Parts: sequence; structure tokens; C-alpha cells
Amino acid sequence: MDPLRAALERNQPISVKDLARPGWEKPLRIRSVPAPLERSAFLSHPRLRRAGDMAHHTVAAALEALGDRGTQGQIGIIVTMLAGLVAYTRRFYEGVLRDPATASPMLFPETVFNAPGSHLSAYLGSTAPSCTLVGDEGVFLQGLGLAAHWLAAGEVDGCLVIGVEEMDWLIPNALRLFYRDDVYSSGAGAIYLTTSAIGAMAELAAVTDSISYTVKQGRANAARKARSQLPPHAPGELLCTSAHEVPRRDAAENAAWQDWAGARLQPGAILGQAFAASAAWQCVAACDSVRRNNFKAANVSVVGASQQAIAARFIGSTN
Amino acid sequence: MRVRFPPPENTPQSKLQRVVVTGAGIITALGSGWKINAKRFRAGHAAFRPVTLFDVSRQRAKSAAEIDVPANLPTTLLSPKMERRLNRAARLLLAAAHEAWTQAGWQPDENLPVVLGTTSGEMACGQDYLIQATSNPKKQRGQPTRVVQYQLHRQGLDLCDAFGFQGPVTVISNACASGTNAIGHAFQLVRRGCAPRIFVGGHDALCRLTFAGFDSLQALSPTSCRPFDAARDGLTLGEGAAMLAVESLDHARARGAEILGEIIGYGAAIDIHHLTQPHPEGDAAVAAMTAACASAGVTPEQVDYVNAHGTATPQNDATEAAAINRWAGQRATSLHVSSTKASIGHLLGAAGAVEAVICLMALQGQWLPPQAAIDQPDPVCRFRIVRKPMDARIDIALSNSFGFGGSNASLILRRWR
Repeated sequence: MDPLRAALERNQPISVKDLARPGWEKPLRIRSVPAPLERSAFLSHPRLRRAGDMAHHTVAAALEALGDRGTQGQIGIIVTMLAGLVAYTRRFYEGVLRDPATASPMLFPETVFNAPGSHLSAYLGSTAPSCTLVGDEGVFLQGLGLAAHWLAAGEVDGCLVIGVEEMDWLIPNALRLFYRDDVYSSGAGAIYLTTSAIGAMAELAAVTDSISYTVKQGRANAARKARSQLPPHAPGELLCTSAHEVPRRDAAENAAWQDWAGARLQPGAILGQAFAASAAWQCVAACDSVRRNNFKAANVSVVGASQQAIAARFIGSTN
Repeated sequence: MRVRFPPPENTPQSKLQRVVVTGAGIITALGSGWKINAKRFRAGHAAFRPVTLFDVSRQRAKSAAEIDVPANLPTTLLSPKMERRLNRAARLLLAAAHEAWTQAGWQPDENLPVVLGTTSGEMACGQDYLIQATSNPKKQRGQPTRVVQYQLHRQGLDLCDAFGFQGPVTVISNACASGTNAIGHAFQLVRRGCAPRIFVGGHDALCRLTFAGFDSLQALSPTSCRPFDAARDGLTLGEGAAMLAVESLDHARARGAEILGEIIGYGAAIDIHHLTQPHPEGDAAVAAMTAACASAGVTPEQVDYVNAHGTATPQNDATEAAAINRWAGQRATSLHVSSTKASIGHLLGAAGAVEAVICLMALQGQWLPPQAAIDQPDPVCRFRIVRKPMDARIDIALSNSFGFGGSNASLILRRWR
């Protein structure tokens, strides 16, 4: 949280690095997770020693969200992502192309979308419900909605919702086909939801419907519809959008919120495009802002790249 | 963080909706459509043949339940350009969806949720994207389409466009339990009054990466798929899709819909023993079956048939048999169980959805799906493995799905009278 808060307060895009890709002299521009100063203790867990970045980012974010609450009760786990475990999938398939007879059995199991969630369940010793949702940036907010359902139904006592993406040249290489100026990033963000007010940072007051992009309904319309499902805003509220300072990509969302006169936060412009992780960072930043009493409420708008517009609202906890 | 907003908090039992199926579509290697699949599952046919989609000469296993995908797509609202972009998995899903949509007689709506389960969607597009990006990186032609089609939610959006409706698309990827998890999620939403109807299912297509993956684990059978056989030696992959039109009973009755069956229970649990291998005692499987029964308000004695996950790997079947024995207790010795993977292989993310449709077929037709091939049942199986076609009186069926990552899920369906 501290580095995230500092980066948002500086309001300067994090420095970009080069990432080589085969067949090109010009590298890709990315923002990647820096190596930690100290080796994290959780990396010694048997389930995480051979796992990839997706699992490591997932566990790191989840543990910070849990804090010192421990693992009492049934803790549900919802992991959200777009691209999946690309690095291991690419390496495994390259092995298949060389000779399928010798493709590595160590890599294949780590290619399944729900591997990070499984490793997290094992690390926490939790057999509570766990689900992996796949979609564009908005999938993290879909995860918040699912967590709320589980809590309301009494299926879990608390629920971790994680948004995670990893770095592999294939992903920014693909992203460039659509938005050349967007800078791909990686990492994870997590929120822990409960029905208990004790120690609460903020309260999840609403998650809108997910408004899909179809032939009948494009991004601009979807963005407006998602916004319309939030309560009318009042002075003293924050808007946290998914804009990335990529005009063509941001146009639909900017249009939907063009009359917003209050404070505005755009973590994506600083941290880069990390799909589900980006939406998680938006929500984390929104909650942090509300917790620190900077704002009465924070509205999170996610107008995803390829699937949906969706929004959420966090308010100060009334404990 | 405290959750305050609705959904309805812990809906009292009296306010829970009954959840029925008014349309079902299925495509497997046995054929396309309910009628042909029901006929062939009832007879215990098997659909395995040598793989032709990709080179398997360097793999231990050589066969799969490969589908002859129909050349022509069913008539939908998709434009010719959109149809040309559809790859294998999307075509399978569309075939199943068209049958379910038509049978249900649904009309387009502004808020019709779609829930899909899949393990890899259009992985073949990802494979092709990688090959071109490495062998001919400056060539961009075809790459944007591959990137778009590779994203798992694309197939859900295609369904919205194909049938002209709007609604949220949710994609669950919990390995081989994905299809059952998707139906379970839809069941819970409709049951608790969060949505009057949901279009739900699962799909997966054969692709080289997944085939090589299971082969690398030596999980594929080099001989034949024989679930619960004492000498079983692995699973055989298949491909396919199934979709269900699920709605509340009130909603179905209000529009005079024909009802195919009822979903009455769902349970899920996580096995944290290992990423790919189940705990030998099957605690999570027992938990899932028990939770499903609890949500259905039934006991094992009331379950007439279990459609097992039954992949035919040594570990899965041993664990599942132990779990069924424990869950069923004394009922085990009279309980009919079979794995229809003996007919169509393991459909991964589609398995749970396809097997739910098979249960609906069996409940409607009053027969038990036999296992196509079993020589000598594993002595650990205390239950009765259905080995020959047989008519039976069945009112309640339970379907199991267990996957990598420890995802365990069970669904309970009831005959509609």
C-alpha cells in the first residue's frame, strides 16, 4: 500500500522499462513489479516454490489485504484475471513445438487459470469456496459482486478478491495491436470483504450491473449505463477511473464522466495497464482515500478494453 | 470492508425460487443435438478415434473424442464477417446454444446474464498467435482477430450478438469443474431471486497444448478410457459444449414454457492436497456431495443415480470411489453410478455442463447411461457400476466434477413431472 499511495501522491507515471521481444529491434515499453528488497517468507511454501509470478503476486496481495486478521472462519477466495498464466503457457507450448514427447510436466499444471487461487487456498489452509473469474478489467468488480453474494448467502465469513496479471512479452505485444500508446504493467491488488465493521477501511455500498459490449451497445453507451446505476454524486466525493491517458481508449469513459467536477484519480495513468490488477488498484486506492477521510465516498469506474463497463461505490465505514 | 448493499441477505427458505431448465443444447463426439446424444448415451456408444486435428505422433496417446464440427453454423444474428472469425470452441458453443435457445423459446432481453465454464476457450487462437509472433513477427495479419478470440469472454459476447440480447457475461475457469461451477452459480442466482433466468453452460475444444499437457503428465490412456476399471490407465480427452436455459419456475410457468427438469442442489469445496492430485480420502469430494444434498434437502438414499467425474485415471477414480462410498454409506451398495466419459472422453470445462444435460436426458427418458467399456470393476467401488443399457425409475441424479487446483463441485437434478 505504501508504494501505491506514494506513487499516486506524486502523480507521476512510474518509469518505463524495455522488454525485448523476438524478431524486433525496438523493445516493448512496460512497467513491471520491482524485485522485493527481501525475499518473502511465503515463497518457501511447498506450493509456491515452483509456482510463477501470478501465484506469487496473488499471495502477496492477499496477505497484505488480510493483514493481521488471521484465517479464522471460512475465507472465500475469488481470483480475477484476463490473460491468464501466459509465461508458463508460452514456455510449455514452446516445448511442445520443439518436441511434445519432452514437454515439461512441471510447467503444464501451472498453466491452468485457477492455479493461483489453488495455491492461495493451500497456503491459507482454506477449503472454503474458491473461484477464478476471467474477463477484461471489469472482472475485478464482478468478483466484488460475487463476494458480496457469497457473504450475503452465508457461504463464507470473509472473502478475498484479487485482481492479478503477470508480465510476459506476449501480452504487451498483443496490446500494441489495439492501443500503441498503452503501457502494459503487471502485479496484483486485493480487497478483503467481511460483514463485520470492526477495523473496516470502508464500506462497499454498490456494484453496478456489468454492461457488456455488444453489436447493439458499444463502449460509450455501456459506460453511460454503468454510471447511471450509481447514486447521484454529492460534493466531497472522489472519482477513480480506469483511464490511462490513451485518448482513443479513454474517450468512452471520459465522455460518460465529463460533467464530474470533483476530485479525480487515474491510477492507470501512473501504474500502467494491468487489466484486472488495474481495477483492483483503483478499488484499493478508492478505499484508502475514503479511509483516510479525504473523501466521503469514492466511485470507481471501469470501462474495460474488450468486454464491459461496470462501476462500484465505496463509502466511509459507519462502525 | 463491510458489505452492506443487497443482494438479499440469507433469503429465507420459503422465499427461495425453484429453478428449472426449459432448454438444453449439446454437442459431443456422439453427435450434435439432444436426440442423437440421448440415443447414443443410452446405448453406451463410444466416440473415440485417432486424433486428426494436430500431430500426435510423438505423444503416448493417439486418440480422442474428436468432433466433426458442422461446416454450417446455425442461423443466428451474427454477420458473415463475425461468423468467419469464430474458431472451433466458439462454433461448438454456438451449436449447443442455438439448440437450447430455440427449445426454450426465449426472446431477447436487455438483462439476460450469461455464465460460461471453460478451461481454455479458444486456446488454439493463442497457439497460432504465438507461432506467428515468433516465426514471422513483423506479419500482423490475423493477429488482432486471434487476440480477440483468445479472450475467454469473447464467446459469451458472441452469444449475446448471436441471439440479440444484452446482459452480463461471467466466465468461470476452475479447471474441470468449470461447467458444474457455472451451472451452480446460475442456480444460486436464480434461486435467490437475483435473476429470473440465466443462459449457462460450458465448452472446450481439443487443442494441441492441452493434449500435450495431459500427455506430459502421463494422464492420458495409451489404450482405452475405462473409468473405475481395475486396470484403468488414464483418461481420454474429448471436446464439446452444452448450454442450458435456466429460469425460475414462476417465470417458466408465467410464459407457459415446457420444463425439461429441475436443478435442486449444488455444492462446492476445495481440495488443498495438491495442484493436480486429489486427496486419497476424497474429503473435498465428500464435502461437495454433502453440501449439494443439503442444499437440495435430500439424503444419499434419495439419489437414484450418480454421474461420476470418473476420468479413468488411477488417482481420480480411487478417490472418487472412496468419496462416494463414504458419502452414500449403506446406500452405496445399491447406488447406480456410471461415468459417461467412457463414451465421450473428458471435456474439461464442458464436462460438467454436458454431464448435467446427460442427467436431464436420463431423468426424462427414465434410463441409466451405461459405461461403454469396463472389464473388471475396481474392488474399491462398493456401488453398482452401470455396465449395460438399462431402463430405470430415477427421480434424482447427482453429477460430480473435480478439477485441477482442487475444485470439487456437485450438482443435483430432479425429474420434472
